Amino acid sequence: MYSEKVMDHFTNPRNVGEMEDADGIGAEGNPVCGDAMKIFIKVKDDVITDVKFQTFGCGAAIAVSSMVTEMAKGMTLDEALKITKSSLADALDGLPPQKMHCSNLGADALRKAIEDYKNKQGK
Amino acid sequence: MKKIYLDHVATNPLHPEVLDAMMPYFKEHYGNPLSLYEPGMKAREAIENARVSTAELINAKAREIIFTASGAESNNFALKGIAYAFQNKGKHIIVSKVEHHSVLNSARFLEKQGFAVTYLPVDNYGLVNPSDVEKAITDETILISIIHASPEIGTIQPIAEISRIAKEKGIIVHTDSVASAGNIPVDVLELNVDLMTFAAHQFYGPKGAAALYVREGTRIVPLIYGGIQEGGRRAGTENVPAIVGMGKAAEITKRDLQKRIDHVTPLRDSIIGNTLKTDKVILTGHPEKRLPGHASFVVEYIEGEAMLLMLAAKGIYSASGSACSSKALKSSPVLISIGIPVHLAQGSVVFTLGEGTTGEDINYFNETFPQIISRLREISPYAKGWEETEAPACTAKK
Repeated sequence: MYSEKVMDHFTNPRNVGEMEDADGIGAEGNPVCGDAMKIFIKVKDDVITDVKFQTFGCGAAIAVSSMVTEMAKGMTLDEALKITKSSLADALDGLPPQKMHCSNLGADALRKAIEDYKNKQGK
Repeated sequence: MKKIYLDHVATNPLHPEVLDAMMPYFKEHYGNPLSLYEPGMKAREAIENARVSTAELINAKAREIIFTASGAESNNFALKGIAYAFQNKGKHIIVSKVEHHSVLNSARFLEKQGFAVTYLPVDNYGLVNPSDVEKAITDETILISIIHASPEIGTIQPIAEISRIAKEKGIIVHTDSVASAGNIPVDVLELNVDLMTFAAHQFYGPKGAAALYVREGTRIVPLIYGGIQEGGRRAGTENVPAIVGMGKAAEITKRDLQKRIDHVTPLRDSIIGNTLKTDKVILTGHPEKRLPGHASFVVEYIEGEAMLLMLAAKGIYSASGSACSSKALKSSPVLISIGIPVHLAQGSVVFTLGEGTTGEDINYFNETFPQIISRLREISPYAKGWEETEAPACTAKK
């Protein structure tokens, strides 16, 4: 059902945890729907220097979360905003069709974290 | 890596003696049971022998057994067959909210055909209250169909008590015994039912073989018209090897049933006792009135499919009623019916044991499962408690 890459990111998720001094936090989804994630970012000179995530959800949701953190780390904010559901799915060698929308929350959560950072900066 | 199969409610491996009994009917005795020469007659004889042992498993008469291809077919047959046979008497049917989809969807189909259906609620253990059945009965009621035991939460219903109420009013009773027949003693006379569904693969027989018990003298309209197979009530050339397999599996099950129950019960109790030591884990279903090999839980703060995958990565195979683990992405209606909130239903997980499960398997399971729970809770944003759970609609799903 899942690609090897999904299983790798699910069983060994990267960048798990809460960030105490995050510059931006984004949350997407909700447990009633089955998947919910939170992304924490640390930003310096418009570059995402650190990312962490916490996710409630299925294998796909956890793998997507892990992948988005890995992709976003080191990106400028503008580059990170270009990450989409489909670029995340591609990076994971595909997701089952029924998981494409409900579990693929990484790009949206990341965008919200960036917006949160920008709001805090007053930009 | 170890492979520990704890999903016996999904299906079971074929018993080696069953396979041996089936093999000749794939090979030398390939005749059509309606044919009048020897290979046909051999096949006919094998079916009738299987009918006897299949009937004996549930204390029925051989002529009361109609072979079908699945539990779902038998459930469809029971509901539609009785509804159409008795529609001139009345057009009201009673089922529970915790029926298998094959009963629920047949009931919904009948509603579209002009029948009225009452879906009875259950309590927090999943039990139907017999007095609710009594209250739901009208002059129009022709059929009551209540599941015998729930594959999802293991709860065993008071079928005999429900039948007693129905019989006083002359109403036909069907029970879906797919999850119970082969796991606990099932006796159609004791339960006093008119129809019963059961399937061979639930007791180490083959897939593709099931039966509907129809009490002698009960009228039923066929689902499948054609030849005279199964007394004209279920046409189609018989799946001879599968039927032979069902008969053999029934015979072995009748012989070994108590041994199987004695084997799985303490192992099941060990899973329940150990798993409940972890904080925020709830046993679903009734603590005592449940299938002997059945342990089902809701684990807070984490999601079922993720648990299944983590368990599978450790060689443990299990099931879940979470939305994400279902192809339809819907939470199990059974969990919702017993009052589990939707976000908790996401953490559903079901373990079902069989005769091949060993104490060593359960020790390994008991060691592994709490580790998986804490691993997933480390990833979860809710490990310190639920928050912001009353968010509105699930827009992400559209």
